[in-house]
Amino acid sequence: MPFSRRIFLRGSAIAMVGAGAAPLWLQRAAFAQNTAGQRRKVLVAIFQRGAADGLNIVVPHGEQRYYDLRPTISVPRPAAGVAKEDSVIDLDGMFGLHPSLVPLKPLWDRQQLAIVHAAGSPDPTRSHFDAQDYMESGTPGFKATNDGWLNRALLPVQGKPSPVRAVSLGPTLPRAMRGANDSVAVENLNSFNVRDAAAAKALEAMYMGSGDAVLNGTGRATFEAVALLQSIQKTPYQPAAGAQYPAGRFGDSLRQIAQLIKADVGVEVAFADLGGWDHHAQEVGPKASVGQLANRLTEFGGSLAAFYQDLGDRMEDVVVVTMSEFGRTAKENGDRGTDHGHANAMFVLGGPVQGGKVYGQWPGLAPEQLYENRDLALTTDFRDVLGEAVFSHLGNQQIAKVFPKYAGGPDKFKGFLKT
Amino acid sequence: MIATGFAAKKPKPAAAAALTAPRIPLMTDEQRAIHALNRLTFGPRPGDLEQVKQMGVARWLEQQLQPSSIPENPTLLSKLEPLDTLQMSTAAMLEKYPSQQMVKAMAEGRLPLPQDPRTRAAVQTSIARYEKRLASGADAQANGVQPPPPPPNPQAQQQTQQQMQAGQPGRGVPAGRGVQPPPAARITPEMVNALPLEPDQREAFLNGTQESRLALVESLPDEKLVDVLEALPQPVRQRLSSAGSATLRRRVEILNTPQQVVNRDLSEGKLLRAIYSNRQLEEVLTDFWYNHFNVYLDKGADRYMVTAYERDVIRPHVLGKFKDLLLATAQSPAMLFYLDNWESAGDPGTLGMMPGLGRGMLPGPGRGPVPPNQRRQGLNENYGRELMELHTLGVDGGYTQQDVTEVAKCFTGWTIRQPQQGGGFFFNPRLHDRSEKHVLGVTIPAGGGIEDGLKVIDLLAKHPATAKFIAKSIAIRFVSDEPPEDLVAKMAATFTKTDGDLREVMRTMLGADEFWAASNFRAKLKSPLEMVVSAVRAVNGDVDSATQMAGLMNTLGQPLYRKVEPTGYTNRGGDWMNSASLLARMNFATALARGQIAGVKVDSAQFDGDVPQIEKNILLTEASAASQGAIMAGLDQPIDQPAPAPIPSQQGSGGRGRGPLQQLQLQRGAVTKGTVVAGLTLGSPDFQRR
Repeated sequence: MPFSRRIFLRGSAIAMVGAGAAPLWLQRAAFAQNTAGQRRKVLVAIFQRGAADGLNIVVPHGEQRYYDLRPTISVPRPAAGVAKEDSVIDLDGMFGLHPSLVPLKPLWDRQQLAIVHAAGSPDPTRSHFDAQDYMESGTPGFKATNDGWLNRALLPVQGKPSPVRAVSLGPTLPRAMRGANDSVAVENLNSFNVRDAAAAKALEAMYMGSGDAVLNGTGRATFEAVALLQSIQKTPYQPAAGAQYPAGRFGDSLRQIAQLIKADVGVEVAFADLGGWDHHAQEVGPKASVGQLANRLTEFGGSLAAFYQDLGDRMEDVVVVTMSEFGRTAKENGDRGTDHGHANAMFVLGGPVQGGKVYGQWPGLAPEQLYENRDLALTTDFRDVLGEAVFSHLGNQQIAKVFPKYAGGPDKFKGFLKT
Repeated sequence: MIATGFAAKKPKPAAAAALTAPRIPLMTDEQRAIHALNRLTFGPRPGDLEQVKQMGVARWLEQQLQPSSIPENPTLLSKLEPLDTLQMSTAAMLEKYPSQQMVKAMAEGRLPLPQDPRTRAAVQTSIARYEKRLASGADAQANGVQPPPPPPNPQAQQQTQQQMQAGQPGRGVPAGRGVQPPPAARITPEMVNALPLEPDQREAFLNGTQESRLALVESLPDEKLVDVLEALPQPVRQRLSSAGSATLRRRVEILNTPQQVVNRDLSEGKLLRAIYSNRQLEEVLTDFWYNHFNVYLDKGADRYMVTAYERDVIRPHVLGKFKDLLLATAQSPAMLFYLDNWESAGDPGTLGMMPGLGRGMLPGPGRGPVPPNQRRQGLNENYGRELMELHTLGVDGGYTQQDVTEVAKCFTGWTIRQPQQGGGFFFNPRLHDRSEKHVLGVTIPAGGGIEDGLKVIDLLAKHPATAKFIAKSIAIRFVSDEPPEDLVAKMAATFTKTDGDLREVMRTMLGADEFWAASNFRAKLKSPLEMVVSAVRAVNGDVDSATQMAGLMNTLGQPLYRKVEPTGYTNRGGDWMNSASLLARMNFATALARGQIAGVKVDSAQFDGDVPQIEKNILLTEASAASQGAIMAGLDQPIDQPAPAPIPSQQGSGGRGRGPLQQLQLQRGAVTKGTVVAGLTLGSPDFQRR
């Protein structure tokens, strides 16, 4: 399958943009199948915690009701008298990106960024905690699920799996990654070790021999990962192609995920998150390019674009998918903010993506089209999106095991990945 | 589902008790005393176990339930004394350590400068910086634009804290990402010539050692000291002060980053109290209830409100009535600001009084002029939702979206007078939605005012779902990640019967067999805060500065007062365990035992005994066989001595307590056999549970 897909890529993507215009990595990727044994398919999941405002991120500027519902916090259409950096970046005449996402526009133009709008969790909860939990467990409405979808998405392996096949950046292990397969949380690759070598040996022996199931398990997984990662800690990491990650935790996380992918240490799924999307008040400043939402998006878009640039031809093996627990009210509230809503927008980017297109069905913003008369209605279950990434990219076809209680399957997939 | 791993004994039904419920196997007396310390304090200090056993567990518990009866530790009081913001009102803090907005107001002459000379000097430095930025056009405030709130990003704070301690890098502590080495702090003749000192003093400063410079600076009179410190380049000032007294350090901190003083005091105060307070249960409960009613420190004006919030709203009620606590949080500026209720208003048409007089007539919210077309009114349901989901009923407590909206309407008008200037709660009838509301099936008649919100507080405080939700939260923190239903039911019954008396709920829990079940003994994984504080307590660390420890809390994923989400941090220990956390814990443990955590002195003489005794002093029980074996084996390894002191590689003979380091002289900060054993014990699986 990888073989034919690459041939396809060679024939299509390059042909589409023209060999001269195709980025160097795309040209190289077309010839890379001989080394494919070393390289793995990687799925990177990004969580925007706090319920990002999908309607101001992928703006339905073609629908006048959007502007009626948001008289003071909408993102204006490009027009005379509105600065370019304060207006929508049009994508297809109906939808446009928030101007702070300008670094993502080249990915869209290269058809490596797809958007699924009006997507999210079918569960009606507007609790951040429950909704995040449902989205990470992959079982909306069911609290008893013990593990996360990203852990279940890992394919069964023959022999010893890489200790970093499932890696999350940050000081805590997200719900999505908990489960039977070993997974590691890495706060910082460079300090991912026990600093004192002699103590490290004794501590390793302690945890390996411990009868405490939890600490024995975490300890073993940790020390195996430490041993593996030693080799890549020696030289300071330089992002390729002049990629510049924005300062902050999210940029740091994506930079380190890129480092791990390029080091060929066996990463299959990776996770990073970015909080601070819960904008009940003063979501937007005096103009669209300033304010809380703009700040978050600058970090979000800039980091994703840097990741894409940094990975270069390795993007051929990578799919990134973004999600947030729910959207926000279609109508702005009394404080130039938005309250908890329902459906949202998801981004999918990477080499295997058939981008440059907004997928999904647009439900409209008329009062009777809104969910419970207030929120963007849901037309795509988030599992349709994640399921396609797991099925078509990771190659795990056991969708019913990855998403128990999910009635969908390949028939529900949107087709944003090349097959 | 969290596996409890070791110590999981299955209760066996006793034949004699077959007619009643099966009896739970209980702890031994020794275990009860250790368990009480593990669960109701931030960890036992040397000598605590003996004290509890001497008093008897029951009497000790009763004493902890009456914290005012316990004389406070004088060491704690003297360490808290310099942290003056801990005793200030929000308004007083803003005067002494003004926010950026207030600096701007003073720079523009809209506010007078502070009277106190030291404060004035600090403020003038801030003004000078502000004006410099203004001149360079780099500052958004130059355009009258409110700067964006700092990103809810613990890393940013971590870097600040690491820069603060740049002169004193902790060798054993994980460095944050992207930390730059401190800039060169060389003393040059030009620099010294610029100092407002006598010629001979300048001479001495230029040619002296770090110690003699420090002595000189510390001997200066107050005003002069401020002038000299101000004239020194920041890195030099920093290096000098990091070696100096607490008083000098504080002066430098105030000069460098006056806006940081308030939150530094808060974190420092919290760690000092957790480590030193004799009223341990009160500290644990203050942590629990702050977390239950979480407020994020870095959300705008909350930076100056959290001190009073914890001190005056949370702490006084932790063993009082739940309703009082709930009402106090509902009316606290910190919560009103955090969950946006201060800006929530009824929709036009529901405002019964003086229609047409909107918020335009109110004191400015402190975020600069809002264009008239953007001045709107309307509901904000953030607080209404979290009040029910997180503070009272719990997410499964049976409320609907309609209830959320109605509750939000009831609280319209609960606002703050000038939040950016330290104003307090007030009810503004002009913002209040006066329509009829229906909350959880109860009708609140039209035309009400502040009493609408009060009725909701009353309704929620008395609701059976609240009793259960609060009981369960407490049980998860104190008993088990998955507490027994029967215990939760008992605690909820007490809650209902006593009108939410939290001391009585604690008594019910502590009187229940479920609390003392043998399977609970050292079965709960420590949170990062519990791990760090319990380690310092176990080795009797002498804390001169808790700054580095506070920074470590970021690396461990539990930055103090900085949980962005209103959920607070998890009370389930299992949620904290992962590889990043484990490595950070191990690195902290080994560094602490070696005295390499900046600001924390650890007397290595206490680790002079034989190995099992060192382990037992820390764990209060024998270490597990695996841990003991690994420690003994580890002692046969050449031990990694931090550069530059090389380890004489002498062959150890192996046996118990006889490692290759036995011959090394004991000195603070050096690696000895004892510090190795202590570090390994603190980093062991055994110590990660309580």
